[in-house]
Amino acid sequence: MLENAFVGTRRYFTLLAVLATLSAVGFLVYLKQLSFGLGITGMSRDVSWGFYIAQFTYLVGVAASAVMVVLPYYLHDYKAFGRVTILGEFLAVAAVTMCLLFIIVDLGRPDRLFNVLKYPTPNSVLFWDMIVLNGYLFLNLVCGWFVLEAERNQVPPPKWLKPLILLSIPWAPSIHTVTAFLYAGLPGRGYWLTAIMAPRFLSSAFAAGPALLILLALLVRRYTKFDPGREQIQTLAKIVTYAILVNVFFFFCEVFTVFYSRIPEHMDHFYYLFYGLQGKGWLVPWMWFSIVGMCIAALLMVSPKIRQNETTLALTCGLIIITTYIDKGLGLISGGFVPNPLHQVNEYVPTVPEIIITLGVWATGFLILTILYKVAVSVKEEIRA
Amino acid sequence: MGINRRDFLKLAGLLGLGGKAAFELVLPGEVEAAVAKTQATGTRWALVVDMRKLTDKVAARCIEACHSLHNVPNYLEPPDPKLALSEDLKNRWQIKWIWSDVYEHAFVGFEQDHQWDKLKGMNFLLLCNHCENPPCVRVCPTQATYRRPDGIVMMDMHRCIGCRFCMAGCPYAARSFNWRDPRPYIAKINPNYPTREIGVVEKCLLCEERLAQGQQPACVEASGGALIFGNLNEENSPVRAALRAHYTIRRKPYLGTNPQVYYIV
Repeated sequence: MLENAFVGTRRYFTLLAVLATLSAVGFLVYLKQLSFGLGITGMSRDVSWGFYIAQFTYLVGVAASAVMVVLPYYLHDYKAFGRVTILGEFLAVAAVTMCLLFIIVDLGRPDRLFNVLKYPTPNSVLFWDMIVLNGYLFLNLVCGWFVLEAERNQVPPPKWLKPLILLSIPWAPSIHTVTAFLYAGLPGRGYWLTAIMAPRFLSSAFAAGPALLILLALLVRRYTKFDPGREQIQTLAKIVTYAILVNVFFFFCEVFTVFYSRIPEHMDHFYYLFYGLQGKGWLVPWMWFSIVGMCIAALLMVSPKIRQNETTLALTCGLIIITTYIDKGLGLISGGFVPNPLHQVNEYVPTVPEIIITLGVWATGFLILTILYKVAVSVKEEIRA
Repeated sequence: MGINRRDFLKLAGLLGLGGKAAFELVLPGEVEAAVAKTQATGTRWALVVDMRKLTDKVAARCIEACHSLHNVPNYLEPPDPKLALSEDLKNRWQIKWIWSDVYEHAFVGFEQDHQWDKLKGMNFLLLCNHCENPPCVRVCPTQATYRRPDGIVMMDMHRCIGCRFCMAGCPYAARSFNWRDPRPYIAKINPNYPTREIGVVEKCLLCEERLAQGQQPACVEASGGALIFGNLNEENSPVRAALRAHYTIRRKPYLGTNPQVYYIV
């Protein structure tokens, strides 16, 4: 099947070339980071995780959301999703790969990466995160690939695959739960010390991931001969609607607990993010845009008219992707570290090299995604021909 | 049901729950506590800071003694003026094993409306608390940071992968990271102690290298009596005497980390 990746239109190869170039530029800047150290980023003694870990956290959600197409198809026998499961699974493969790359570029000593395997430490959540991420990558790659191959040969998928597919269903929420536990169990970080962290992660993931899948499906329909289907897109839209509503609800649950209890160590992070603290608050406009935009998007999605029109649906999905991204990709990590445990406000702003490396990883992920989607779509076109 | 912790642990071992490591996950710190209990006669290092004797001058002497001994880089005042950094970078890269900060920062959450005036803006000497239940040890994925039986929270700089999870875990901001090569910023390298490379975390190790030779930590020695160091398990140790005689406070005791640096105010 992989041979399908090597034939294609000029547009396909141009896209690959652009992504490969961005990825190479990111790699060159990463070499600079390797020789100088993480000092080329904006991270500090106080904000010891930044943009890289934030991207990782957001993309874990995108990856986990594949379950939203796999589950209805395999567990509820919702046949229509047969056409999009492969798109969901391959999106998960690309997203998890990006997650792993973001972890690697964030390490101070990547040459010692395998110490995590040499000295396995089950009391560290990071150890479990490594296990669930790699496991999920493997599951989606294997399940996606063999189902697609069977489809191509017009035979039922091999029997041994079924348990792996079923395993991948609980595995998906586990990757985002474990990632939430990275933050949720730390004493002295009031913003993260909340039991609703994992549910919030999952709700935003199940909104953002399927929203991205809708956009990708619309792109696939536009640029290839394969149509993922109107019904499929509409079902995904309903999933996005419920998830974004729950996500907004969870946010206000958090706000209630924090502000009704009035415990300063929990409130001050919200003050910093939404109001500014000690005269500092560069994230304030971003955070307001995020929460107001998210509420508007949720309301828009509730309206059947807007959801059923694919143009307004695409725009609303775009808004959901952007607002959930700001919430997790900018606010969550910075907001947890600022103010610091000594109640000082030392802000974090990513630097240019940091942003280029980040873009490089995203480009690598989309390169993988493009190739995998090309293979999948070629097979789908072949069958229909 | 009459089952104590010891039996519980034994039973768990028989059931093959995976030994100590698996336990730590279920009962973080419990195993350590159980071990510490059986060693009540062993050594448990602790430090008492007598704030009545700690002037800014004394604090500066302690910091200087520690940082010069352990090759801690100075980003605030680099040895070579050509290496001077912007305010922003000074702040971001700073490495502190022991440092001082005002009461309001050191004891967040202890504010009172009519504060004892003396405490306002008072400079406290801060360092790693060598907690009984250290969150940094709990989160480290490679055991690069670990707790010794005598309570010192250690740092293996050759094993650290630089994930900085321990920095997120520490509620006292006691850990620093080498965001760049620190060596140019060390005024005079002490050949008897290693320097660090980029990409690893470092912190106060309670002068374990000096303790091994029967000496006191460098800060204690330089403090002229303001810092009292000793074995908490020993009835007649100077720390126990100080804790018996005075009311002391600790940083964020409500987090359950059980810090082992006490302050007489």
